[in-house]
Amino acid sequence: MIALFFRDLKLSIRAGGGAMIGVLFFMTVVAVIPFGVGPDLNLLARIGPAILWIGALLASLLGLDRLFQAEREDGSLDLMLMQETPLLVTVFVKCAAHWAATGLPLVIAAPLLGLFMNMDELAIGATMLTLLVGTPAITFIGAVGAAVAVSLPRGGLLVSILVLPLAIPVLIFGVSAVYAAIEDPAPFLPPLMILMAITLFFAVIGPVAAAAALRHASD
Amino acid sequence: MRLLAEGLSARRGEDLIFNDISFALSAGEALVVTGPNGSGKSTLLRVLAGLLMAESGSLKLESGPPEMRHPSEISHYLGHRNAMKRELTVAENLSFWKDFMGDSQGGSGKGLVEAVEAVGLPGIAHLPFGYLSAGQQRRMAMAKLLVAYRPIWILDEPTAALDAGADKLFAGLVNAHLDRGGIVVAATHQPLGLERIKELRMTGFSGVGGGMWHDA
Repeated sequence: MIALFFRDLKLSIRAGGGAMIGVLFFMTVVAVIPFGVGPDLNLLARIGPAILWIGALLASLLGLDRLFQAEREDGSLDLMLMQETPLLVTVFVKCAAHWAATGLPLVIAAPLLGLFMNMDELAIGATMLTLLVGTPAITFIGAVGAAVAVSLPRGGLLVSILVLPLAIPVLIFGVSAVYAAIEDPAPFLPPLMILMAITLFFAVIGPVAAAAALRHASD
Repeated sequence: MRLLAEGLSARRGEDLIFNDISFALSAGEALVVTGPNGSGKSTLLRVLAGLLMAESGSLKLESGPPEMRHPSEISHYLGHRNAMKRELTVAENLSFWKDFMGDSQGGSGKGLVEAVEAVGLPGIAHLPFGYLSAGQQRRMAMAKLLVAYRPIWILDEPTAALDAGADKLFAGLVNAHLDRGGIVVAATHQPLGLERIKELRMTGFSGVGGGMWHDA
């Protein structure tokens, strides 16, 4: 299983892997916002966390469709389905590798983009923390969509449409946790805890559902 | 160890591809599945590999490991696609499958260097898989059969894209596997040059008698 993790990580870094696509898209989205909104620093600081979260959400949806499709195209998926190892463990490890290659760079890039949005240290720290906790949930939800659309040649948009409604709670609690951290009266911990709960919930449900979908998609 | 198939039939969409296929294979025996295009050879092999549900019939392994759920768990499947990543080197591909698949009980896989030598391509394992020619890629996919031990080999057109020398080399690999008590099921157009084979001739479309099998 460790072999699978490092192989997927290697694949996403090599040519055509798409590890950088997500983070570049994230940067593009967030970098154009100040030009569009104008030089109102207070406004930028106020909408900053929300923009960062929306950017990260959309960026993590990019490339999700290739999670199982690439495996299917070269026949690797057949071999994964045949093994004694439960398929959901394989799916879980693939999700973990996918998050490490595409989700983690978003968390690391967030402080730089926070500066673009005139956010202070506290807001940047809170955004990083919530992204760190919340983006794995998007990957696990996305794995289900990717598994459902695995046999479709252009499943990319379909995956996003399938996944987005389920990812909305992640966005809501992610952003509200950041605002709770920077605005005094609201407590920070409850939304963060709910965000963690969502991630843990989908870490269990996602691989099970994705494995079931993959079993039925084989032909 | 005996692999038993009884009354297998499979469907793709609406159509029955084959019907009532039965065979029994003991350790050291090979089954060669022949027949025209579209007669259901690949479908049969995918059913054997557990990748397609059989419409009816059963597939059993006598005296296999007790905790096993399906014979596919102790099978290798070499399909039309090689299951190797173009971006990774041959050595990375092979060592991944070696680690990921592990060995079934009762044997152990060869080392990477040994497996690459066995398919006649020593010295190019450091190249990305995508740089190799179609024939070389196929040979390296065969090396995958050697790095992780599985008693049952399910091979779909294994010698497509291979030259005459490689055909002979492959027959040698399969015979060696049979000598060690393995079971081989292969779909093919070309004569593989195997000994001790049974032949299953797939004849037709949709339900008109699936096929006949006889000892060759």
